[in-house]
Amino acid sequence: MSEVLFFIAAIAAIVGAVGVVAMRNPFYAVLALVCHLVSLAALFLLLRAEFVAAAQVVVYAGAVMVLYVFVVAYVGGAEEIRSGNAMRVLGPLFAVAVAIELCIALLGSALSGINSQGAAYKPGFGEPARIGKLFLTDYLFAFEVASLLLLVAAIGAIVLARRRRGLEDDDGSIARVIGERRPSYTGTMAEGAGTRQVYQEIEAGHGGSFEIGSAEPKERAAAVVASEDGEDGA
Amino acid sequence: MTLGWYLAVSAIIFSIGVGGVLVRRNPLVILLCLELMLNAGNLALVTFSRMYGGEGGQIFALIVMVVAACEVTVGLGLIVAISRRNLPVDVDELHELNG
Repeated sequence: MSEVLFFIAAIAAIVGAVGVVAMRNPFYAVLALVCHLVSLAALFLLLRAEFVAAAQVVVYAGAVMVLYVFVVAYVGGAEEIRSGNAMRVLGPLFAVAVAIELCIALLGSALSGINSQGAAYKPGFGEPARIGKLFLTDYLFAFEVASLLLLVAAIGAIVLARRRRGLEDDDGSIARVIGERRPSYTGTMAEGAGTRQVYQEIEAGHGGSFEIGSAEPKERAAAVVASEDGEDGA
Repeated sequence: MTLGWYLAVSAIIFSIGVGGVLVRRNPLVILLCLELMLNAGNLALVTFSRMYGGEGGQIFALIVMVVAACEVTVGLGLIVAISRRNLPVDVDELHELNG
């Protein structure tokens, strides 16, 4: 039974890996990688690593792949084939060379357990409880470094992907928010924050009454901004 | 199945990943192929953990998953930054650092 499961999972994993490389559309490549990851989780289960298999499905096939799908949808576009690229010939050759070399290393390694079914099974091997205990005792340093690395990566991603041009359009800017049409004396945030004072100053400057909501929003916003600039200058 | 088979699968997946990094030019797909290589390493680590009956290899595999998640985050941030600047999303075109 475990042989059958192994061959199904191994073939699915290898087919998924080939699909990642061969698919022209990045979206299908991501889906092939999901297939590959799920079948790899089955292999982990056969190796009695239940917690690693669960983490593989939840974290990898769930969260990380969703991130990939978002970015593929954002960037999009299949790559066009360009002829005359030397790497298209040399790359597969190099990959085959690496595979042969790894197999030679595997056959030549004098690992005593390579022809066995593994060590004798202990109850509770690979359980979340034991993994968690090991993380907080023997491997505490690796655990802390991993958390720090995640923090650095999150900050790095925000810094890399942020918008650099500042406020490009007027929408959502302060002036438009202030200039919005609203009834007077209704306890709006603008009154509380003192923009009412600005209106009163404008009124004094005009020598007449300045009804809130009388002028067009755009003009009023421009007037407010101009008067604020004037205050800063003074 | 003896554990050598698992290591053979891991070797095959790793070399498929190597070939993909060399052949493909879309940085998104290159990141996917890096994931393939990291997962091949994970499979080997879990196999060794099974071979010796200790959980150390599984811990190592989980740490590798964390590192892979960080790599994906930063790599995808770079790709988003590239496409924001309307540069071509193609590693052959982005060779300014060649000097």
